[in-house]
Amino acid sequence: MSVRLRDVPDKRGRFGPFGGRFVPETLIHALEELTEAYEAAVQDPSFQAELEGLLRQYVGRPSPLYFAERLSRRCGGAQIWLKREDLNHTGAHKINNTLGQALLTVRMGKRRVIAETGAGQHGVATATACARFGLECVVYMGEEDMRRQRPNVLNMQLLGAEVRPVRSGARTLRDAINEALRDWMTSCPTTHYCLGSVVGPHPFPKMVRDFQSVIGRETRAQCLELFGRLPDLIVACVGGGSNSAGMFYPFIEDQQVALVGVEAGGRSYRPGDHAATLCFGRPGILHGAFSYVLQDDDGQTLPVHSVSAGLDYPGTGPEHSYWKEIGRVRYTAVSDQEALEAFQTLARDEGILPALESAHALAEAMRLAAQRPSEQIIVVCLSGRGDKDAAEVARLLRLEIP
Amino acid sequence: MSAIDGVFAQLRREGQKTIVPFLVAGDPDLEFTAELMRRLPEVGIRLCEIGIPYSDPIADGPVIQAAYTRTLERGITVRAILEAIRPVAEQTPITPITMVSYAIVYRHGLQQYVQEAKRAGVAGLIVPDLPLEESPPLAQLCQQEQISLIQLITPTTPKERAKRIADQTTGFIYYVSVVGITGERNQLPPELVDNVAWLREQTNLPICIGFGISQPEHVRMLAPVADGLIVGSALVRRIAEAKDQPRPKAIQTALEFLRQLTAALKPNK
Repeated sequence: MSVRLRDVPDKRGRFGPFGGRFVPETLIHALEELTEAYEAAVQDPSFQAELEGLLRQYVGRPSPLYFAERLSRRCGGAQIWLKREDLNHTGAHKINNTLGQALLTVRMGKRRVIAETGAGQHGVATATACARFGLECVVYMGEEDMRRQRPNVLNMQLLGAEVRPVRSGARTLRDAINEALRDWMTSCPTTHYCLGSVVGPHPFPKMVRDFQSVIGRETRAQCLELFGRLPDLIVACVGGGSNSAGMFYPFIEDQQVALVGVEAGGRSYRPGDHAATLCFGRPGILHGAFSYVLQDDDGQTLPVHSVSAGLDYPGTGPEHSYWKEIGRVRYTAVSDQEALEAFQTLARDEGILPALESAHALAEAMRLAAQRPSEQIIVVCLSGRGDKDAAEVARLLRLEIP
Repeated sequence: MSAIDGVFAQLRREGQKTIVPFLVAGDPDLEFTAELMRRLPEVGIRLCEIGIPYSDPIADGPVIQAAYTRTLERGITVRAILEAIRPVAEQTPITPITMVSYAIVYRHGLQQYVQEAKRAGVAGLIVPDLPLEESPPLAQLCQQEQISLIQLITPTTPKERAKRIADQTTGFIYYVSVVGITGERNQLPPELVDNVAWLREQTNLPICIGFGISQPEHVRMLAPVADGLIVGSALVRRIAEAKDQPRPKAIQTALEFLRQLTAALKPNK
């Protein structure tokens, strides 16, 4: 009897062979504590009620499922519907997770929170949740990402968080996670590490997926209400993979719904020019989990590149690796150039500036829509808004800013 | 059984303790690492921990991180490191142990890594990101090849868990002195001696303490409760600072530092 697709991970945090806990002994007790606190909270109706209340009144959920009519017409095929996570408070899906983890932090009696951030969306969402609950907040961010996502650095500081620049490695998301883990190695007795994606050691991949699954649950209910059926296809971008995991998980046993994860294809498919871990990587260990990684033959992590700071990561969530291996989700990659084009197309056709991360999913959805008949329904997870990217997009397109 | 058991059995017969130096393989180059290993018996040292550079070492502080980074930038490989260790292990009384990320072990293949390490004369593995629960596959292979798999116990490890780790570890127990990452400390936690003394009562295995140890005073404080004291960042920093000195002088600088620490192992000095 095979395991039901929903019934992962097991007690050791394994999604099939993927996941687990590959971290120094120093962190094991903190991870055990967190697992227990999380399992207890899930069973506690007051925790669920408080989180639901916050998602409704503070975040503004449910987020709309919007028909992108002009965009669909341009593609000349299937209908493209956008799950508008960009309309959430703080402008992305990340807040769904950080509020859950902030509530847990309070339950565990910890007063300090650390986080890593790439695009800055998770950093802003963590700073926001910490402000809301009066928690001390430190965010690690690579210097390169601080440059290209400057508005979010300022937002975090205004929200009372300390942003610590990370100068090691390529100065991007992977390096920020390393620094956050090093902080936690020292601070774990008193500090909660609010990890922003479905990566890292157990219980993070499961916990973050569960907090983000509100995206897929709402989408499911909205589709049933609007169409009387489930969508034909769902597309979401995958870096670490939190918006896609949250979107896909509630549909994972609906085999009639095709699921497509879109990675960062970067400049080319040569090593170092992309961040398409599931497309071009292989199973290995990074940041505490066994999952697909981009590594050389000696086990050293490879450099990666993406125009999008949130996808610029050489690993991915273990559950995505599992879905890839069992063939439930198809993973593909979209180039920097295609993402930039999708960014501009959505802006002009629909009046929506998408995050560059989400623009990857859009580009793939537009391609697929053109190949499918008009009665088909494609849902794209529009995971965040693009204000943060405006200056970087202008630079890349060589637009004049007066 | 591995060569590590023999080293500690002899030390215990002689009523001796040891300093265990940690070297970053290939910093500043592999000739230096091999030469310093060869010379360790001059200061009475037989066990040596060799750090295999890794791109994402989350348990390491700035000194070892920087050493790993500059070594990787020169394109060092595991194979080159093991080739450099092999003649030292064959020709000298030095017993090498590799500190290696599980990312590297996994990529090479568990069996292949263990067998290649064994051929190079490596007597034990410390895999800092492989906790007890994930260790059985590697532990089994190490047992087959008679290589020790040295597990870590830390101040955050609950006592029941510490006992289970002590039951599963071979060679020696690596007790981490602090809640934190590697790096020199002026002060070690006051409860450290008591914590190790408690562990001492739970197991007959040798206990080596590491993280933060950098001064003769630390050695005097900890030698009575431990079998070995691991010195990493303080040594790696001195080697880095001596990189522009003539080679023999740089080796001498490292040996002199180890000699000072070794002298502090003996009581009433």
